Amino acid sequence: MEFQFQFDWQAAIDSIPYLAKGIPYTLLISFGGLLIGFVLGIIFGLLSINKNRFLRWPATAYIEIFRGTPILVQVLFIFYGLPDLIGGPIDPLTAGIAAIALNSGAYISEVVRGGVQSIDKGQTEAGLSLGLSRTQTFWSIIWPQAFRRMIPPLGNQAIVSIKDTSLFSVIGVGELVRQGQVYIANTFTAFEVYFVVAIMYLAITLSLSLVLRLLERRGVASV
Amino acid sequence: MTQIVKMKGMNKYFGKLHVLKNIDLTVEQGEVVVIIGASGSGKSTLIRCVNGLEEFESGSVEVDSHPLAPKGGNQKALTEIRKEVGMVFQQFNLFPHLTVRKNIMLAPMKVKDASQVVANATAERLLNRVGIGNQADKYPSQLSGGQQQRVAIARALAMEPRLMLFDEPTSALDPEMIGEVLDVMRELAKEGMTMMVVTHEMGFAREVADRVIYIHEGQIVEEGKPHDVFDNPQNERTQSFLSRVLAH
Repeated sequence: MEFQFQFDWQAAIDSIPYLAKGIPYTLLISFGGLLIGFVLGIIFGLLSINKNRFLRWPATAYIEIFRGTPILVQVLFIFYGLPDLIGGPIDPLTAGIAAIALNSGAYISEVVRGGVQSIDKGQTEAGLSLGLSRTQTFWSIIWPQAFRRMIPPLGNQAIVSIKDTSLFSVIGVGELVRQGQVYIANTFTAFEVYFVVAIMYLAITLSLSLVLRLLERRGVASV
Repeated sequence: MTQIVKMKGMNKYFGKLHVLKNIDLTVEQGEVVVIIGASGSGKSTLIRCVNGLEEFESGSVEVDSHPLAPKGGNQKALTEIRKEVGMVFQQFNLFPHLTVRKNIMLAPMKVKDASQVVANATAERLLNRVGIGNQADKYPSQLSGGQQQRVAIARALAMEPRLMLFDEPTSALDPEMIGEVLDVMRELAKEGMTMMVVTHEMGFAREVADRVIYIHEGQIVEEGKPHDVFDNPQNERTQSFLSRVLAH
């Protein structure tokens, strides 16, 4: 008997409406988490270069812990472990957003630190010598320049985090991969469905790349 | 005469290295003091102690009646001093993310709460004064080195300083651009600005300085009118330094 595999286009197309229900969750977890992660990154990134070591040390500890452990372990810990501690369940969406926030926050802290430290010391001296306070010098002179340099590595992190959300199918959030798994359980069309899932991730990450490239180009003239 | 800068027995260390030794120095209002010396002699560090970009370890420094304290003490005086003392750096240190106009408007608006209209008028007036009124909306990277340094001078002048510090303002410039920057400084001196200038431009020192100070290994070893220091140096270290820099 001859076995011939054929890509079933109809099966792929049929799966789209069901899979698409996962997109809002993927986007919500990614961008919700990244937004909080960005705030965490600014706070801990700046603390990690503070002169006061009692501020620096906790920031460094946070960065090392969340960079040094797998995000899958982090989300399992939050979803299954933390409820024991706080005495109540955590819903999977919250757990997912928290995991992306904490994990990307650690990486973004390093991006912030690197960006700020890459700005020449002469910029700070020029600001101070004009009578600006340290805070004014930082926010009106150092930060805008550092932020522009941070855009490419931030874009990188955003793409990594979007893909990381696929792991959260294990805690049952109805994101893209989870939707795919459920759909396949009924139709047995794994090849077609995962193909569509992959295309959907690609569509999200490519649109983001495009937006970032436009953002970067706008800032090129001045730095 | 009012003394703008008063240093008494000032000492500065970088770790164990004693970079400024027992410095006594006063600068009168309207005076142009040029500081010369070999690389690493401490001349840049000396003027950086005036506006607190470097801390000193002992002795006293008073700028326009605001007393600085050793080891960065007396932040209040430091804040006041920085509003009254302008500085021009070897590497210009313009803000690359802001246009020339915004570079100049920033400090008056942030520090003196000047309105946009007033700060803009100041910027245009000063840019015309340093001869680049038509470049206001360019970014620093679009200007030549000489133009950038003139913007840096305008930026410092926008705060209406009582004293201007120049830290090797022409050392990073191509030779053909040195003249245009020195011209602006010469004009400033003529208008009565009090200036402390660290430079290797001996011709400028001779022509513009009211007083020349020679520093060697962190000590003031010779001080006087340019004519005396250049043509009749008393200290043999000054003689040997001058013979090296004036020979070529």
